[in-house]
Amino acid sequence: MRAPVISATSAALAHVPGLARHGSKPSRELPRDAELEQRFLGALRTFEQAVAYPPHQAFLGTLHPRELPERPWVSARSDGAERFTGAGELMPEEEFLGLMAAVDEFDLLTLGAEHAEAAAGALSRHPLAERFDLERLAKAGGDTERAAAERGALPLYLGADRLVGAMRAADEVDAALSAPVLLENLTVKASAALALTRLLADHDIEPESIDYVIGAGEEAIGDRYQRGGGNLAKSVAAVAGLSEASGADVKNFCAAPVPALVIAGSLVASGVFERVAVIAGGSLAKLGMKFEGHLKHDLPVLEDVLGAAALLVEADDGRSPRIRLDSVGCHRVVDGSSNPKIMEALCVAPLDRLGLGTLEVDDYATELHNPEITEPQGSGDVAQRNYKTIAALAVRRGELAREDIDSFVTKHGMPGFAPTQGHIASALCYLPHAHARLTSEAARRVQLIAKGSLFLGRMSEASDGMSVLLEANNHEGG
Amino acid sequence: MDLGSQEKIKRLADEHGPEQLLVVLGAPDAESAEIAAETLVLGDPTYAGALAEVQLGLSVYHVLEDEFRSQIPEDVFEDQIGVMADVLEAEEIATAVKGMREQAPAPG
Repeated sequence: MRAPVISATSAALAHVPGLARHGSKPSRELPRDAELEQRFLGALRTFEQAVAYPPHQAFLGTLHPRELPERPWVSARSDGAERFTGAGELMPEEEFLGLMAAVDEFDLLTLGAEHAEAAAGALSRHPLAERFDLERLAKAGGDTERAAAERGALPLYLGADRLVGAMRAADEVDAALSAPVLLENLTVKASAALALTRLLADHDIEPESIDYVIGAGEEAIGDRYQRGGGNLAKSVAAVAGLSEASGADVKNFCAAPVPALVIAGSLVASGVFERVAVIAGGSLAKLGMKFEGHLKHDLPVLEDVLGAAALLVEADDGRSPRIRLDSVGCHRVVDGSSNPKIMEALCVAPLDRLGLGTLEVDDYATELHNPEITEPQGSGDVAQRNYKTIAALAVRRGELAREDIDSFVTKHGMPGFAPTQGHIASALCYLPHAHARLTSEAARRVQLIAKGSLFLGRMSEASDGMSVLLEANNHEGG
Repeated sequence: MDLGSQEKIKRLADEHGPEQLLVVLGAPDAESAEIAAETLVLGDPTYAGALAEVQLGLSVYHVLEDEFRSQIPEDVFEDQIGVMADVLEAEEIATAVKGMREQAPAPG
């Protein structure tokens, strides 16, 4: 069996304050309360604020999450934060709407002529310009007001109140093809395409060299006959120029990226494919999800960015971090849904199997939701809770003294820094850091742990999850 | 507290009477436990769910409170909750939930 490695990773954020109102929560709450809507629109961040926001810089690899400054992060100084970073970029809304039009193969998105031109101008100066279909973007220019007035269409604003476009429904009665659903799907496609394109460009990867693409985003695209029919992966592969690739989506609520990575590793290990990309776009539905808590605490609407990521899995190249397929941790039906049981199955059981102790893993990457986003709405610090659970399990195994729980959390854990788009937060956001640390030998082992809340779909009371260990390539003993 | 749970609890309270119900919380910190308890005792403070302006005055306990813990076999508690009891701020959570429980309007 060939050892699979992660040879490249990328991260992308799109700052979309204008689209935030189309998140599931704001789209339900704002239309019935004009005053609330005004407060929401008044609390949107500028692009400069989004770039300066330290968790975004951590997401884009500029600083390790453990190097994040003291909170509050909203008022942290920017200290030269840049839009473009080594791991990816934060794209402003004007350009992102243009990118959405450039990947819209069914002409569902109309941009005002003036905006289409401005977006095309900005994207033509983008370092990836030659990889974007600017001709298609030019064709998206039209009469915004007329498009927005169409039955079932959704007006799109730039920032708080500048009408710049409209998303049309593809079918008048099919709920799966309504404008709000298609807007969600198109944002996933565009953001995933941005992350995948960055991956190719930043690492000199020939698009034709990739055989297969696995989509691990949250949206399940389809039509009324198969609402979760899927395969956004292949549509992203197509717009990114992966002419030799096929693809499929892996669905598992927030947990999807780790199973997707394990499947990718298995496909490479078995020799079915040589190079497999795993991609995930951002989730529009999650934008503004906790805005009420933010407004209550005089914070800006912090859920105004779409997160996206891409990575490449291939056979051992002698330097990239290895995916230890013998370390895969599964949450079995019999394991039940209590948090410690889940953590035992995902974190401890696989280490036991390999004869490793909990302290022998340098970094645990689990649900890395930004606590500045979750705490004001009463959801607590998700990442810290997970680390404390792992620490408590280590104490019970006699590997850690009780008084060392906090130092374990600081040393082996990290503050959450990801947008609250669960699949992005579920370990995927850590891949650029994991790759850098394992390649530079700053770390020997990183365990990725993803959990998903299956009960949300009302078909099972169960949760699910999967974990996998990444290991430095030159590390003996694996 | 999420809207689905609020609806479910309201339905159960309508069906059986609030005095027949006891709600056990599993919230991992004092703040979220307090909000959940407030929702069940005094009504939804966010005015978003079925319990907005509905004072059910339910008996509400957190799973880590001694009053609840003493009612279940120790080995079961240890197996299911033990690890979390080690890391969560049980006293802080208990104080928050108790504070809300005591604000329940007198029956009748």
